[in-house]
Amino acid sequence: MEAHTETTRQAGRLLAGATGGRRRRGDQIFSNATVIAAVTVLAILAGVAVFLIIKSVPAITANPAELPQGKTLIDYIAPLAFGTVLAAAVAVVVAVPLAVAVALFISHIAPRRLALTLAYVVDLLAAIPSIVYGLWGIFVLGPAMVPILDWLAAHLGFIPFFAGPASVTGRTMLTAGIVLAVMILPIISAVAREVFSQAPRNLEEGALALGATRWEMIRMVVLPFGRSAVVSGSMLGLGRALGETMAVTIILSVSGIVSFNLISEQNPTPIAANIALNFPESSGVQVNALIASGLVLFGITLVVNMIARLIISRANKDTE
Amino acid sequence: MNRTPDENPAAAFDPVEPISPIGGPTVASGTLPRWFLPAVVAGSALVAVAILLAAGSFTIVVLLLLTAVIALPTAYIWSRIAEGRRQAMDRLATLAIGTAFGLALVPLVSLLYEVIKRGVARFDGSFFTESSRGVIGAGGGAEHAIVGTLVITGLATLIAVPIGIMAAIYLNEYGTGRLRKALTFFVDVMTGIPSIVAGLFAYALFAVFLGPGIRLGIIGSVALTVLMIPIVIRSAEEILKIVPDDLREAAYALGTPKWKVVARIVLPTALAGLVTGVMLAVARVIGETAPLLVTTGVIDSVNTDPLSGRMQNLAVYAYTEYKDPGVNVQAGYDKAWAAALTLLVLVMGLSLFARWVYRRFGTDLR
Amino acid sequence: MAETAAEEQMQDGSRRRFAPTQPAPRHDVERRGARVERVAKRFKVTDVNLFYGDFHAVKDVTMTVEPNQVTALIGSSGCGKTTMLRALNRMHELTPGARVKGEIALDEHDIYAPDVDPVEVRRLVGMVFQAPNPFPTMSIYENVAAGLTLNQRGIPRSQKDEIVERSLRGAHLWEEVKDRLDRRGSSLSGGQQQRLCIARAIAVEPEVLLMDEPCSALDPIATLAIEDLIEDLKRRYTIVIVTHNMQQAARVSDTTAFFNLEATGKPGHLVEMGPTEKIFTTPGKKETEDYVSGRFG
Repeated sequence: MEAHTETTRQAGRLLAGATGGRRRRGDQIFSNATVIAAVTVLAILAGVAVFLIIKSVPAITANPAELPQGKTLIDYIAPLAFGTVLAAAVAVVVAVPLAVAVALFISHIAPRRLALTLAYVVDLLAAIPSIVYGLWGIFVLGPAMVPILDWLAAHLGFIPFFAGPASVTGRTMLTAGIVLAVMILPIISAVAREVFSQAPRNLEEGALALGATRWEMIRMVVLPFGRSAVVSGSMLGLGRALGETMAVTIILSVSGIVSFNLISEQNPTPIAANIALNFPESSGVQVNALIASGLVLFGITLVVNMIARLIISRANKDTE
Repeated sequence: MNRTPDENPAAAFDPVEPISPIGGPTVASGTLPRWFLPAVVAGSALVAVAILLAAGSFTIVVLLLLTAVIALPTAYIWSRIAEGRRQAMDRLATLAIGTAFGLALVPLVSLLYEVIKRGVARFDGSFFTESSRGVIGAGGGAEHAIVGTLVITGLATLIAVPIGIMAAIYLNEYGTGRLRKALTFFVDVMTGIPSIVAGLFAYALFAVFLGPGIRLGIIGSVALTVLMIPIVIRSAEEILKIVPDDLREAAYALGTPKWKVVARIVLPTALAGLVTGVMLAVARVIGETAPLLVTTGVIDSVNTDPLSGRMQNLAVYAYTEYKDPGVNVQAGYDKAWAAALTLLVLVMGLSLFARWVYRRFGTDLR
Repeated sequence: MAETAAEEQMQDGSRRRFAPTQPAPRHDVERRGARVERVAKRFKVTDVNLFYGDFHAVKDVTMTVEPNQVTALIGSSGCGKTTMLRALNRMHELTPGARVKGEIALDEHDIYAPDVDPVEVRRLVGMVFQAPNPFPTMSIYENVAAGLTLNQRGIPRSQKDEIVERSLRGAHLWEEVKDRLDRRGSSLSGGQQQRLCIARAIAVEPEVLLMDEPCSALDPIATLAIEDLIEDLKRRYTIVIVTHNMQQAARVSDTTAFFNLEATGKPGHLVEMGPTEKIFTTPGKKETEDYVSGRFG
């Protein structure tokens, strides 16, 4: 009873405006803390760009003679960028068809009880650290690729990609591209699988009810439905392949050239591998040049990722 | 069957042959038995084994490829003859997709097999208890690298988790307007930052204040923080979204201020999911090499102080043992593989453990 | 007691469905001149309009909720009765963009006055929701005490014990759970969970108890248990209950307010309000009569 009377008195006082209407202190502090966290995150992202730019400036303004290999900064970075894009391109070309097939298999063909386990197994691929892929690539895949490289040089050597001579160690752009493809396959596959499983059941059943075979139904309904997801997933995978460092650094035998030959011992150097190989021993302006190349890499991956996200959000809006 | 329902009431329910507008067989599942495809695959495998044995060179990968090369046309032609063109296409497509799936699994199986096979050689007690101090040949271990991994990753987690979770709370409970939209968009973008760029950023940050050429454990932690934050935010946000709104309403209706609703009701309910998300973020960065190469450097003895001296983690250790194996090359490689195996066990273990935690303790959310 | 009531319900229910001209109150003695144990507060609603952003949800409501009575808000779906209910404890404004115009006074104090803390209002005006929502991480004991532990610190354990027992008794749940207070709230049946939520709500000693279709997720036996409880609770609290079940409104409430939409897309408004018996037997408006006799809704 007393508690109740006290509450009533208190209530009357409060409602009569005795305490004033200031926002509770606890709420204020907590809400501010969350805003600070949000701003910090954005600041970190901005900071990445800012600090990279700060430390790139000395290389931009430096005399070419001081830069690595004595070239101007652009001449230095351009072949590296070429290497990055080429490796990533090989990876995407190999990975996308496989990823789509894997996604289709899990979403439409595998027995339902297995599907979850299979999805988990494929996602395991994404968890493996890149150094492990690098060691596997150079000690296992490279040597295993040699007979294939020989075959390609012998039979398809007229295509510029496979002009010989085939490498004897397997440390080629093709090998690196395949390892990259294995690394990005789970990303593309996960995005595609997510969408394939959400293909409208009524359209699927409509196709089957017309007498279509399962493959025809997939072609008519599932693939068109998932098209933009496959594109955006591929771009996410592309972004990852562009930035991937250690696997490529270890596997590829780099010579800094610009060439489309995928099977030889001389290969272009991707930006990330170049940094990993040279940073520990560099000093002075050379370091700034490496950071400048990292800035370029950041820019490329940023653009690719933003385009991918825009495609995803536009696709989401369409299906709402 | 042609009688009207008046004459024969049962006729109303007699099935009529459906007319297929597409043409071809109307029974979409085909006439060949269900075990047709597996039988073709098994048969092709036998044929492939025979061919390879006869040719003298037998490797698993070539066997699988040969099986696929034999099975695909066989299935198509057989089905084409027995069932028709459309069925044959369906069988071919199913087999092709299955083959692609198997192809995608080959690297995984090969990798797991090779890492275990090669890493077991040095997967012994001394590997975990000795460092590389003074070692140039065989012997020595990765103790310093393991300690380094724990310190660097632990410090990164300590920084990234509070920031990440508070930012996720902002997005889900407090956020409005432009800041919220910007944060959502850029968190997604942040997940795509290459790890080496994160390392360069951390280096540049500290170089501006401490001068160039510095290598410290904490710089590596900062780099890993940049990589962890978007993962923590994304998974925490998903979990917070799952917490049912009527719990929040019940708390509000009791006269609870908003921050207590979040801190005392929402967060405890989401705890298992949050822990899982953090563990998955740790699993992601624990094996990072590139950002640490440029920030924490290489060292061969144990260093537990992130604020002084260089530090090395397991992944960088694996790399340096491979690159500079020392006097005994094979021993160096063995150590690299052992480190790779350790990393694999760590990462897989963390991922599995994280999911187990969610299944076991996440019942509050369902 | 509950069983006989159920039989009564089954016997009477079908008879009463389309002929609510003879509502048979189950507890005659207590309905007229209810025995009051504690004088609770009165709500005075004056010219209230409720909005979700630009959408006008409820229009020009003026009504009085008498203390120590059960007031039922009835009407078809979407007519604004839940919106109105949530405005009474300032939960409406938690929806982004929601606005309240007009005055709602609890015993002469406008709860929407600019210097009034909504958190305090919600302590005085408790709420029970449609689906039972005990806090999943807490035990039964902790659930009941949640209102206290969240808002006040350092209440001695003995005092908490006493409040928990009193609230559980008040919710007619004590006997069933007194031996397992440390078990999870979610281990109870639906009806028990809802009584747990009621215990939780009354543990903070509110003045008014709002109930948003509290029985719609429960089976008939559990429903009757809650209705019995409501009869008991009104001796200490003012109760406002939203229900789409007209028989329940007729059984349980002293006053009934009928809300309706003028037309689709228009805001809901209060059509008629009066003593329950009158509303169900001789309503003043044809709209009301159409609704209570089942011609629509």
